[in-house]
Amino acid sequence: MNRRTLALVAGGVALVVALALLPLLALDVPGVLPGPTYTPGTLQLLAFAMLIAALALSYRMMFGLAGLLSFGHALFFAAGAYGLGMILELLAPAEWPSELVFLVAILATLVFGLVLAATVGALALRVTGISFAMVTLAFAQAGSVLIRRNAATTGGDEGLPLDITHVPDGLVGVLNTRNLYWMALGILVAVYLVVLWVERSRAGHVAEAVRENELRVRVIGLRPYDVKLLVFIVASVLAAVAGMGYLLLQSGAAPRVATADFTLTLLVIVVLGGVGARWGAIVGGIVYTLLDQRLTALAGSDAIAALPDVLRVPLSEPLFILGTLFVLVVLFLPGGIAGIPKRIATGTRQDPVEPKEATDA
Amino acid sequence: MDTVVLLLITGLGLGALYFLVASGLSLIYGLMGVLNFAHGSFLTISAFLGWEVGRRVSDGTWTGLALSAVVGIVVGAVVAALTELLIIRRLYERHIEQALVTVGIALASVALFEGIWGTDPIYTERPAWLTETTEILGARIPNDRFLLIACAGLVLGGIVLFLRRTRYGLIIRAGVENRHMVTALGIDVRRSFTLVFAIGGAAAGLGGVLASVYYGYVSAHLGSVLLIFAFIVTVIGGLGSLTGAAIASVLVAVLQQFANYYLGGTGDLVVVVALAAVLLVRPRGLMGKAA
Amino acid sequence: MTAASDASARPAPGAGPILRVAGLTGRITGQTVIEDVSFEVPATGVTALLGRNGVGKTSTIRSILGLIERTGSVELGGIRIDAMPTHRIVQFGVGYVPEDREVFAGLTVAENLRLAERDAAPRREFIARLFPDLVARRDQRAGTLSGGQQQMVSLARALVNENRLLLVDEPTKGLAPRIVDEVAAALGEAARTVPILLVEQNLHVIRALADRVVVLSGGRVVFAGAASELLDDEERVQRLLGVHDASEAA
Repeated sequence: MNRRTLALVAGGVALVVALALLPLLALDVPGVLPGPTYTPGTLQLLAFAMLIAALALSYRMMFGLAGLLSFGHALFFAAGAYGLGMILELLAPAEWPSELVFLVAILATLVFGLVLAATVGALALRVTGISFAMVTLAFAQAGSVLIRRNAATTGGDEGLPLDITHVPDGLVGVLNTRNLYWMALGILVAVYLVVLWVERSRAGHVAEAVRENELRVRVIGLRPYDVKLLVFIVASVLAAVAGMGYLLLQSGAAPRVATADFTLTLLVIVVLGGVGARWGAIVGGIVYTLLDQRLTALAGSDAIAALPDVLRVPLSEPLFILGTLFVLVVLFLPGGIAGIPKRIATGTRQDPVEPKEATDA
Repeated sequence: MDTVVLLLITGLGLGALYFLVASGLSLIYGLMGVLNFAHGSFLTISAFLGWEVGRRVSDGTWTGLALSAVVGIVVGAVVAALTELLIIRRLYERHIEQALVTVGIALASVALFEGIWGTDPIYTERPAWLTETTEILGARIPNDRFLLIACAGLVLGGIVLFLRRTRYGLIIRAGVENRHMVTALGIDVRRSFTLVFAIGGAAAGLGGVLASVYYGYVSAHLGSVLLIFAFIVTVIGGLGSLTGAAIASVLVAVLQQFANYYLGGTGDLVVVVALAAVLLVRPRGLMGKAA
Repeated sequence: MTAASDASARPAPGAGPILRVAGLTGRITGQTVIEDVSFEVPATGVTALLGRNGVGKTSTIRSILGLIERTGSVELGGIRIDAMPTHRIVQFGVGYVPEDREVFAGLTVAENLRLAERDAAPRREFIARLFPDLVARRDQRAGTLSGGQQQMVSLARALVNENRLLLVDEPTKGLAPRIVDEVAAALGEAARTVPILLVEQNLHVIRALADRVVVLSGGRVVFAGAASELLDDEERVQRLLGVHDASEAA
């Protein structure tokens, strides 16, 4: 381990410690955070941002590392959220100790996510490029429809409230938002480490090579399919983990997280942050969540209401601003936020990570 | 028997709607390799503007509807052509970024539509005949289905004629196969990109007006819902194949209707299962060129 | 296209080269496939571009046409064409017969030809005389033709216009010997009116057609000169091209 890596690790650890200490401090960042850092509202927002960052990180692994443009990642996030929610509800009458039930529910959800990811991945990876994107989109859509249609088990459009019978007391209630915040931080760190591990592994290198040139990998005797499936499954299970965190944090799951729009949001986050770097996904996730929250607050403010219609209507739609921002980033800022320091340093255009499509060979 | 006829014709009507969206998607993808997520927005803006003009001039009459259709077609074509010229073209040959940009346009435009026309569906007036039914083989078929089928048939015929009989059609057919070779014959293939966007946008625009007739309302999400089925249709039919899109539109919609009726509202699921099945057996779709 | 018709007449001896390539470097997805290639193609006759497999002959042709990312200078008849997009270069009077024919399989023979017509007065009679087989099959889909017939279509697409230069990439690849002779004959006929840069593996064909040769190795030019100078030196042929002279064995 050289000095640079050591510094990076030390910096990372320091950052995590600083984040872990936030609930004990009273930092106030007006305009960015809704209140001081120890208040439940702010902690809730930050925790949510970190879960989205974790989810974006898992999505980046698939899109940025392996070049798999999936439009169905929301399916696995929803599988984690709804899976855990439904299993907890199912096990509510169980007589076992609560801790055991909670653990069993989590493990069962993980297995569910794994099986779902393996099935969808095995099918969708039969095609490449844009077809793959469409197929994953179709599966996610099916999941979304299932959730909306089966109101009896999923709550339908109303969403699924968390059954707290077997949820540890420390993770329930507004007063314990602090614990949920630490849980979210834990999930983010865990997802980061897994992603790092996969990227550094042999499979990660092969996945990267597949993205660059599938044919060459095939020539040297590896099956790109296997590697891509592995990356797909790992990323999906990580999404399910983030989904479980989301269920606990929000005390429920909303059908919105299963929609194609939610996946598109993820895509926006990853590209906004920068596909080329891991931390881009994290920054993108956090910036997006805060921006979304603040823009929504701004949209409802008097300052906006006083504007003429031509300005008021677009400005009161956060998604309009984010969508436009996204288009501008893709057009003029390839490399996203993570690419900015490099652009400033070199003064040149940084090429975005551009997964080659097999369809256009 | 009458139920089967009803489901069949309703399926055809819905298939007509899918086709109006999928035809453009398929041509655009086939020629340019662009997966156009903004296509649903072309449909929605056309539906809204068509409705706004139609109701002001003559609400609930054939004149109003015809005017809506014309406005829808023009708006769809113009908006689509501008999208290609101003945005997509800047990312020439960078397919992933092109798809991303259309995602951004889709997100932003739907939000804008919500801001202008609200989040709830707006119910529309239709000519009286369209709200009535006609009896065929004992089945009472809502008349709007016939309008949809006729329009989609005309569009299909029109595009086929255009592709077969004109030089631009020839360029587009060749470009779908191998656009680099088209340039290597000294043809500026980018001009046909704009054209294909305009044609696809026009079809989607007409689709938007007809969708408001079929559903009885306009809403900011009209396009997004149809777009997902159109994607499925495009993949099943084979990317780049107009005939494939037409056949798959009908198959998917009819299958959906039958599953909804006989298998307890599982239409959407059955469609996805069908997609999975097609991919397993024939990954390039029914009529797609070999990958 | 007056310029093109001027070029169709044989220029006086001593006229400058029609194509001048200098310092051409080509890249495919960031990888350099040819580096600093420089050579000239005279205004008459056939210049063969030779080299072992994978040495960058096709990439050179494609770089000239701007079909792959390239740097360096390319002059056609004294005018820089390296900044032009592909379709402009072709309109400027460059006919292209790609490797593997690349006919439009779903289009008919007639449609393939019609698509290629750029001139106000395309040379349809000339094509009909050169490839009578295509006239009979004009309504057949190109994808259903034999390899040889597809090559005829591909050649016809280039020859239907008056060009200042033809770029012909491996026209006899994978064809039966009898068809190879037909293709060679057609190229010989075409060469009477237009200079050709020809990539070819078949030494028999090269001997029959080439006036000059340019040999690439490791992405660079290692020999350029009269065809006879290279082809009469068996040892050199063996070393530079890695092939035995098939015509000697035959």
